[in-house]
Amino acid sequence: MSRALAVHAQTLLARYAESLFWMARYLERAENLARVLDVTQTFEASGRPSQAWESVVRINADEAEFTRRYGPPTPEAVRRFYLLDLDNPTSIPAAVAAARQNARTLRPLISTEMWAQLNVFHAWVSALSEEEVAGDGLSRLCARIKESVQLQTGITEGTFYRDQGWHFLQLGRFIERADQTTRLLDIKYHLLLPSLADVGSALDLSQWHALLRAAAGYHAFRRVHPRTLTPRAVADFLLLDAAFPRSVLLCVRQAEWTLEQLRSRYGLRATRGPAERIEELRAGLEERDIDRIVEGGLHEFLDWVQRMLIDIAGSVGAAFFRDWRPGAREPDQGAGGAGAEG
Amino acid sequence: MTRADVTGATWRPGEGESRLLGPPLPPGYDPQHFFCELTTPRPGDGGALATIVRRLAALPVEELRRRAAAAERDLFNLGITFTVYSEATAIDRILPFDMVPRVITAGEWRRLEAGVKQRVAALNLFLQDVYNGRRIIRDGVVPEDLVLGNPNYRPEMQDFPVPFGTYVHICGIDIVRDETGTFRVLEDNARTPSGVSYVIENRHAMLRAFPDLMQGIRLRPVDGYGIRLQEAMCEIAPAGVDDPQVVLLSPGIYNSAYFEHVFLAREMGVPLVEGADLVVENDRVFMRTTAGLAPVHTIYRRIDDTFLDPTVFRPDSMLGVPGIIAAWRRGNVALANAVGTGVADDKALYAYMPRIIRYYLAEDPVLENVETMICREPEGLAATLADLPNRVVKPVGESGGYGITIGPRATRAELEACREKLLADPANWISQPVIGLSVCPTLSPDGLRPRHLDLRPYAITGRETWVLPGGLTRVALKPGSLVVNSSQGGGSKDTWVLVDE
Repeated sequence: MSRALAVHAQTLLARYAESLFWMARYLERAENLARVLDVTQTFEASGRPSQAWESVVRINADEAEFTRRYGPPTPEAVRRFYLLDLDNPTSIPAAVAAARQNARTLRPLISTEMWAQLNVFHAWVSALSEEEVAGDGLSRLCARIKESVQLQTGITEGTFYRDQGWHFLQLGRFIERADQTTRLLDIKYHLLLPSLADVGSALDLSQWHALLRAAAGYHAFRRVHPRTLTPRAVADFLLLDAAFPRSVLLCVRQAEWTLEQLRSRYGLRATRGPAERIEELRAGLEERDIDRIVEGGLHEFLDWVQRMLIDIAGSVGAAFFRDWRPGAREPDQGAGGAGAEG
Repeated sequence: MTRADVTGATWRPGEGESRLLGPPLPPGYDPQHFFCELTTPRPGDGGALATIVRRLAALPVEELRRRAAAAERDLFNLGITFTVYSEATAIDRILPFDMVPRVITAGEWRRLEAGVKQRVAALNLFLQDVYNGRRIIRDGVVPEDLVLGNPNYRPEMQDFPVPFGTYVHICGIDIVRDETGTFRVLEDNARTPSGVSYVIENRHAMLRAFPDLMQGIRLRPVDGYGIRLQEAMCEIAPAGVDDPQVVLLSPGIYNSAYFEHVFLAREMGVPLVEGADLVVENDRVFMRTTAGLAPVHTIYRRIDDTFLDPTVFRPDSMLGVPGIIAAWRRGNVALANAVGTGVADDKALYAYMPRIIRYYLAEDPVLENVETMICREPEGLAATLADLPNRVVKPVGESGGYGITIGPRATRAELEACREKLLADPANWISQPVIGLSVCPTLSPDGLRPRHLDLRPYAITGRETWVLPGGLTRVALKPGSLVVNSSQGGGSKDTWVLVDE
């Protein structure tokens, strides 16, 4: 193969990069929402049903839309909103539909196995029934949704060609995963902050367990902290652990590494903008310990992390996606994208 | 009906053994007087036809149905679908797939292949002539207004040279077989013929669903299409480019042929681009990549002429690329197919094809046309009107099987409406006799039954012409129907070209 041909194999249409980034984000979103819905049932069982389900709506910043369409957040209404309501853009079927729409665009690039699995997953998840989301069906359903996304992740790992496209997909996944973990932590931390009466009670403990389970981190947490279970330790684990795959710090470091690959291996100099921002975020996480973060206000800190992630995603879009031209002004963030925030 | 009853049917005697010595018929199967692509005996099949029929007949119909359902489910899951949009919904549909293959012998294929190559050569010579010297018009072979007055004639193409004189790089020729077993050309598709992806996908589906049916039968492979297409696209790239960048230009995911665009881009190993991915600067075409603008040298476009460049054609086109025609005329990018090929595959021009072949090539057509009356000519109109109940009347500008009146199937009122349309605008119409299209056993609710079909071979032309062995066999799934178009309830079959033994 001539050197010129090798270069061809490495070019990536800006539109494909954008679709890979968003396909990964939507899938990650669907998986996390399934985790949250599953664990919410556990909270409900421990006696605070309306508060628990309301927190799901808050995680997704859907309060206004939900109230307009459904009124007060009953367990049934929240389940319907996120599992059956195809018109709700933040529902799981909508996230999977958006991922599949991006995958359709990407069909010339991704493996047939990736496409076929997502296509079948989409057909199934867009036609769920009332019975499947009710009662004991919910937990099984959420498990199957999680597994379907994980299956896609595994097929991608095993079949998707590792060039630029792979890195854009990883970038989307890590940014979304970091964002989802901050949301989970933000809402649950406040919801679960123990009132005096609850401290050390069985109820309190089981809810912190459940929060860790939602992030698939319970057993890892126990290994790292075999004797302590304090809200602060859980926040530390989900935010700053260096080895837990869903911790914010780990995701940010992975995203930073991915950007560095795009710069060093593919010569994409436009990584500079997003790389500077991600370095700032990573440093902000590394230089603080959890005590300092909690004292300064956990919510305010998580809010800063989320704004940084949005900023990073925006600068990735401005640097690489469809409307980008060398020397051109930064495009309007809202225009013509393959995905939308929210 | 016993087998003896059909031996007297009008298939050409002397071409092979009699029906009595032919392959056994599947239970309850009766092709009547039509030529059957599986059970009418043909010389030189090496016994393959009888083997296939015997294997089919040995399978219970429930087993056939089970396998058919599994095959169609696979197609659906793999997304080998087209999307039908209505106001509120988007529904993915497959092109119905029938598992009984249509078989072409090596000898038949030699003739078809030679005929397709000849036809493509004539189409290209005709296009080169009408866009350059117009010798054929001066010599009175084709009427001037049929060319210059044709809505698909593109003055922008005048005196513009194309590499190798190839205008039609990808061509699909619709061929039918009449009751005597004679292949006849029904239509040329010289713009952006679609369907080739189904040829290859049907073979894959067949290998998954029916590996036992083709065991030991040697078939010409169909998987070389992408490489041949890539080769041709490189051949036509601008001179001096060592390693041309080829792209496929698609209208995007909402186009009903999007799956095919994906398929072809993948088979060629090139990016599938949309208009917005391309940009023209200094009469050169670039695509927007993560690393900036990258040059593009050949564009296999699956967008109609009129949407290609809003600065030249329809200004409202959102699918095209402003400036692409100028870049092409400067020789900085190649387009396949060339602009303006629609003037050659028009239904009105079709009637002149035998004369066009003789004019440029000094050969008789290898594949005959279906006899065609040109209603713009007074004799043609008169003959059509005189025999309306027996003729198929087609509008010259439509595709997809729309606007056709089939005389023997039409009601009195429909015939009257057709007569009025003919008289109102004779130049818009041609007429042909009803052809008793050949049939093939096809799975129906009653078991294997004869259904009518046609064949669309695909030819790729760069420096030379190559024809994909076989082509797309389309089948009318409704009993007795002669309309094979997918938009009107047609399906498709795998097409087997036997290897010469």
